[in-house]
Amino acid sequence: MEQIQDLGGPAQPLLALQGLIKHFPIKGGLFGRTVAKVRAVDGVSFSVCKGETLGIVGESGCGKSTTARLLMRLMEPDAGSMIFDGQAVGEPRAGGISLRDYRRQVQMVFQDSYASLNPRLPIEDSIAFGPLVHGTPREEARQRARELLAAVGLSPQQFARRYPHELSGGQRQRVNIARALALRPRMVILDEPVSALDKSVEAQVLNLLVELKEQFGLTYVFISHDLNVVQFISDRVLVMYLGEVVEIGPVEAIYDRPAHPYTRALLASRPSMDPARRRLAPPLTGDPPNPVNPPSGCRFRTRCAFAEEVCARSKPTLAAVEGGHLAACHMADPASGHSRAGREVAAA
Amino acid sequence: MSTALAPSTAAQAGATPLVRIRDLHVTFATRERTVHALNGVDLDLAAGEVLCILGESGSGKSVTLRALLRILPRFARISGRIEVAGRDVMAMGARELADFRGAQAAMVFQEPMTALDPVFTIGRQIAEVVERHEGASRAQAEARALELLELVQIPSAKRRLSAYPHELSGGLRQRAMIAVALACRPKLLLADEPTTALDATVQIQVLLLLRELQQKLGMGVIFVTHDLGVAGEIADRVAVMYAGKVVEEGPVGPFMAGPLHPYPRGLLASTVHGHMRGRKLQTIPGAPPALSTPPVACSFAPRCPLAEPACEAAPPPMVEAGAGRRARCIKMLPA
Ligand SMILES: Nc1ncnc2c1ncn2[C@@H]1O[C@H](COP(=O)(O)OP(=O)(O)OP(=O)(O)O)[C@@H](O)[C@H]1O
Ligand SMILES: Nc1ncnc2c1ncn2[C@@H]1O[C@H](COP(=O)(O)OP(=O)(O)OP(=O)(O)O)[C@@H](O)[C@H]1O
Ligand code: SF4
Ligand SMILES: [Mg+2]
Ligand SMILES: [Mg+2]
Repeated sequence: MEQIQDLGGPAQPLLALQGLIKHFPIKGGLFGRTVAKVRAVDGVSFSVCKGETLGIVGESGCGKSTTARLLMRLMEPDAGSMIFDGQAVGEPRAGGISLRDYRRQVQMVFQDSYASLNPRLPIEDSIAFGPLVHGTPREEARQRARELLAAVGLSPQQFARRYPHELSGGQRQRVNIARALALRPRMVILDEPVSALDKSVEAQVLNLLVELKEQFGLTYVFISHDLNVVQFISDRVLVMYLGEVVEIGPVEAIYDRPAHPYTRALLASRPSMDPARRRLAPPLTGDPPNPVNPPSGCRFRTRCAFAEEVCARSKPTLAAVEGGHLAACHMADPASGHSRAGREVAAA
Repeated sequence: MSTALAPSTAAQAGATPLVRIRDLHVTFATRERTVHALNGVDLDLAAGEVLCILGESGSGKSVTLRALLRILPRFARISGRIEVAGRDVMAMGARELADFRGAQAAMVFQEPMTALDPVFTIGRQIAEVVERHEGASRAQAEARALELLELVQIPSAKRRLSAYPHELSGGLRQRAMIAVALACRPKLLLADEPTTALDATVQIQVLLLLRELQQKLGMGVIFVTHDLGVAGEIADRVAVMYAGKVVEEGPVGPFMAGPLHPYPRGLLASTVHGHMRGRKLQTIPGAPPALSTPPVACSFAPRCPLAEPACEAAPPPMVEAGAGRRARCIKMLPA
């Protein structure tokens, strides 16, 4: 089994999303009617370039995992379109790509290294399972599995016949990565892949991910709440808040010149290892609001130090701060009517 | 160096420490397996001091805290000395222990829902503790509950007294659990990764709150974390555990500037931060030992770049390095 050929050339995004929406109904009352909706992903558009690592950051509940599940098509979006290398996903009759073909090219690695492995199968069989289902002969699938084990740094002689519970967390995560690569995907979505690992093991797995990307010509979407890890691994970074994209851009721009007040607060909230530079006051007060009832206008306005009347009245859209760096804040839009609009935002 | 980092006055005066742990061993033995979780832990905490215990998963951080409060399961075998404010915790009977927990020493956990009772309001739970330990009247206890919610900076505290735990956000729940722990003005607060599950912007709020409360109330705090950044924000001193022993201990500033022991050195070097893009991260090869037998050598030797035959011959002693720093390594690097 080989990786599927590139279609549109390097300039065409590998995946382009437009207006993705996913709301979860909350059932209640005597008849289990829908009483409210969690607006988990609420109009998200972005693209993933070929060969890049796109990092996604944001606080708990902002919709990172829901976005990942939509990207994988583990769930159907309520609205929005997805185009993979120029082909509309799930619309084979309109010249697009079928879900089955799409799912072969996009694989996922989860945080919980146990959940995605069958506890009753030796790990070699778990890795071979996908290719078997897709029609690869048994011997060839097993051979592939052993090669992949070696590629993720686990000696096949020593590990192939072990069961998941006989491995450490870091070793299990290596197996999950091998399993994700078995179908020769072009894109891998990594949802908090190192969050459950110890620091010394986290570094091993991050090095491995960098190597494999090179070796297998992969594109990554890397989700994490650890801003340091995202800075290390990403080419571009997307920041989410309450189901929306608030900022996206090249990693240096986001970390050195964040334009959105939320991104700035998030970066400033990182604990410092240097005790001489301790924080005296928290960058933000309060918790993120409930995604069932997000604030009107800019969803960040209830915690934003710069919020003005216009922020409650109208929703800021993603606008260019500089080439390829976009932020959704009225201060970044000279025509918004915000009193700080157009001024040097980073100085605020 | 900021004043927050100066050694606490009690430590300078050589007064009796608030906590003194000596040669603490804890073994879990079941029919299937034996785990030598603690293998001779020594720790001191001065009154009003914040000590962070660092270490990777399974190194014995939580077991140390649980041993301090004597809340380990019955089948755990414990030996060694534990003193808190001069009292021998190992010798306490059931009634003494019940009084000790809460009034002298209290604990906050990573997951507040394990410590808060879902069927009682926040106000009732705090008042309960105050009534039980201090024999306060119901009205006094309720007034104290309000005071405590204000102390932990819960907005609209009065209204929140009648909230149930599930009605609060993660950050507010964590504050409520801290309020319950502080209900009887303990001298010692034990915190087991209380901010690990929180969002970044909320974690820093809770860390700053804990630091403020600790100073205001003059409490000693032992704070367990695997996050070096968290230790950088709140510790006066750090103790690094590996395979059930403290392998390095000392004031936080010099520690962060350069650990003495090869394990924390490796840990610091492999922690991803700032501008490491494009570089290969340094790693510590291998994994920690299984702890099925008591250590007969340096437990870190199989992963250590400096290991030599002597490291495999006997467990290394704690070596003093001056300025309150010590490490368990025979090849200790100069500070
Ligand atoms: N299957 C579901 N049914 C109902 N609500 C859901 C479901 N999955 C997610 N949600 C809600 O949608 C919102 C977004 O969740 P999501 O898991 O995408 O967040 P996240 O950014 O991945 O958070 P975390 O950092 O905690 O993993 C949350 O409020 C969550 O409670
Ligand atoms: N109740 C128990 N029964 C058996 N073994 C236990 C029990 N509690 C802890 N252990 C074992 O003792 C060792 C130390 O565990 P401990 O919980 O102190 O680790 P830790 O340093 O807190 O790790 P983490 O960072 O994962 O919380 C581990 O090997 C653990 O499996
Ligand atoms: S749009 Fe207004 S409320 Fe939103 S981030 Fe910008 S200034 Fe703050
Ligand atoms: Mg998630
Ligand atoms: Mg623990």
